[in-house]
Amino acid sequence: MLDLVLALIVAVMLVAGGIFVFLAALGIVRLPDVYTRMHAASKAGTVGSGLMLFAAGIHSLDIAIFMRAFAGFVFFVLTAPVGAHLLARAAHKAGYRLARVSTVDEMRDSERRDAKKR
Amino acid sequence: MGAETILSAASTLALGLMCVAFFLTAWRVIRGPTLPDRIVALDMLVAIAIGFIAVIAIRTGFNLYIDIAIALGLVGFLATVAFARFVLSHGMSEDGEDPALVPDRPQRGKGRRKGRAR
Repeated sequence: MLDLVLALIVAVMLVAGGIFVFLAALGIVRLPDVYTRMHAASKAGTVGSGLMLFAAGIHSLDIAIFMRAFAGFVFFVLTAPVGAHLLARAAHKAGYRLARVSTVDEMRDSERRDAKKR
Repeated sequence: MGAETILSAASTLALGLMCVAFFLTAWRVIRGPTLPDRIVALDMLVAIAIGFIAVIAIRTGFNLYIDIAIALGLVGFLATVAFARFVLSHGMSEDGEDPALVPDRPQRGKGRRKGRAR
């Protein structure tokens, strides 16, 4: 009985992770510019692969392996926003513009204000 | 329906979803109009590979794969940071990119200008 419940939990986590990863890839293909693509990849993609790692940790039924998988999950969740922010900042500073449909670019506005003040 | 059947079906479904996601992301790496697009897609490919490794760990019951996933996540984060530094220091490369994305403002800082008169 416990075996079945555990298998069900792991299966649900696996399928949910797969759906998250698939939606992230769909966002990467369909969204209009690099900043919106980054937002799809770094949130949905991280949650998807993190869920799968978590499922692998639960499936092992060993506290040492589960803690390792949990540490990996925490590491991904911590590093994905940092990497995405670094890349977005670098791309914006290098001059890659937002897509035409976007309405507000507060970073460019504040840079212009600073340039005017000087 | 036993636990084995549920797990096998769920992991097969997750592997299929991730295969589709992998090919969509690879299409963005090949197609991507700008360098940051490709970097975001490569970061996503690392996340998908981590998901693959986790599912294979569940299917084979070989728990050492989780450590490999953690190591891959470390390498992927470092690669993203290094690419972001590269974009920041190198500026926009103007050849072979979508002309709609080339900015109308002059580049500042260390960004190299490749002598295109505007």
